[in-house]
Amino acid sequence: MADNVTPRVRVPRDAAAGDTITIKTLISHPMESGQRKDSDGNTIPQSIINRFTCEFNGESVVEMILEPAISTNPFIEFQATVPESGTFAFTWYDDDGSVYEESKDIAVS
Amino acid sequence: MTLSTLKTAACGLALVAAPLAVSAEDLLINGQVEINTEVQPAEHMKGIVPVVRSGWTFRSPETQVLQMDDFDNPGMIFVDQGMSLWQTGDGATGESCADCHGDMAESMEGVRASMPKMNPEGTDLWTLEENINNCRTERMEAEDWAWESSEMLAMTAAIGKQSRGMPVDVEIDGPAREWWERGEELYYQRVGQLDMACANCHEDNYDNMIRADHLSQGQINGFPVYRLKWGGLGSIHRRFKGCMKNIRAEPYTRGSDEFKALELYVASRGAGLDVETPSVRN
Repeated sequence: MADNVTPRVRVPRDAAAGDTITIKTLISHPMESGQRKDSDGNTIPQSIINRFTCEFNGESVVEMILEPAISTNPFIEFQATVPESGTFAFTWYDDDGSVYEESKDIAVS
Repeated sequence: MTLSTLKTAACGLALVAAPLAVSAEDLLINGQVEINTEVQPAEHMKGIVPVVRSGWTFRSPETQVLQMDDFDNPGMIFVDQGMSLWQTGDGATGESCADCHGDMAESMEGVRASMPKMNPEGTDLWTLEENINNCRTERMEAEDWAWESSEMLAMTAAIGKQSRGMPVDVEIDGPAREWWERGEELYYQRVGQLDMACANCHEDNYDNMIRADHLSQGQINGFPVYRLKWGGLGSIHRRFKGCMKNIRAEPYTRGSDEFKALELYVASRGAGLDVETPSVRN
């Protein structure tokens, strides 16, 4: 169970139609790989964010599967073309079943 | 090499250079917070260094840009953690920092810039860490935090950030004078198998290379700092310990009188530099 998981997202507030914008996302998460052992020699169970998706007005923009080798606090940056005003919805899926959500509006002129 | 490969190479260079075009003087965070990274020396520093320079000016462009945007700054994760700790009740009283001090942005503004300073009774020099622990044990009746614990680093980072952009201004007269003089003595005291003092690197040789490292003036205006080498935040006293190990000396302990005195003296050497907490260094 991961504590203090906070997603952060940066999306430009406005853009021109057809513009390619850069989106940055960061989620604070320990990303425990399942390979490490504690001081008593017991394996620390895997606890990672295993999937990340980004949708724009319900349409999929990016979807990725994260593996245990990805470091603590995964930072994901990608580009998207925005045809119209709308909302980017971001979702992170945790191994423990938690789902973290964040959304950002963008105004397209 | 053909003309076309030459062209490609030139293009590649231009592409790399463009986003990293940072000049050493201007540190602008989020395009809003302007940080003075080069200032005129304070009265007690005249004749010692011509210009007081932040450690940021010594770093590579790749490291410098990390500090120019809070989203890219890996230290901001810990600032967020500190902000939530601020709201969390603890100890026998169950009170949180916010119950007494309210909004951190108001009550903690400028605190980092004046630390370390004498305690209210004037009997001891207190760092930010000691002030926090005093609140925890006396007012909250909670357990104190270890100097280098993740909670303490998160809290000092969050409190420090409220002073970002404010010039370092520590009290070095009055009862603090004795501590300051002790710190100055330690700064120039050669120690360890390599027989070196702080001043040998950070005063006599700053801006020179020590093997692969670009020596800075050893300013502490950005602490707690996110060091890429550490992969996390570290306190001022951790940095002091690292320096002492490098010169093959037996380091003092975190929170020792020696390090507290040194912290006051080193802070005063950077008087006028803006607080950069949480800064990013190599």
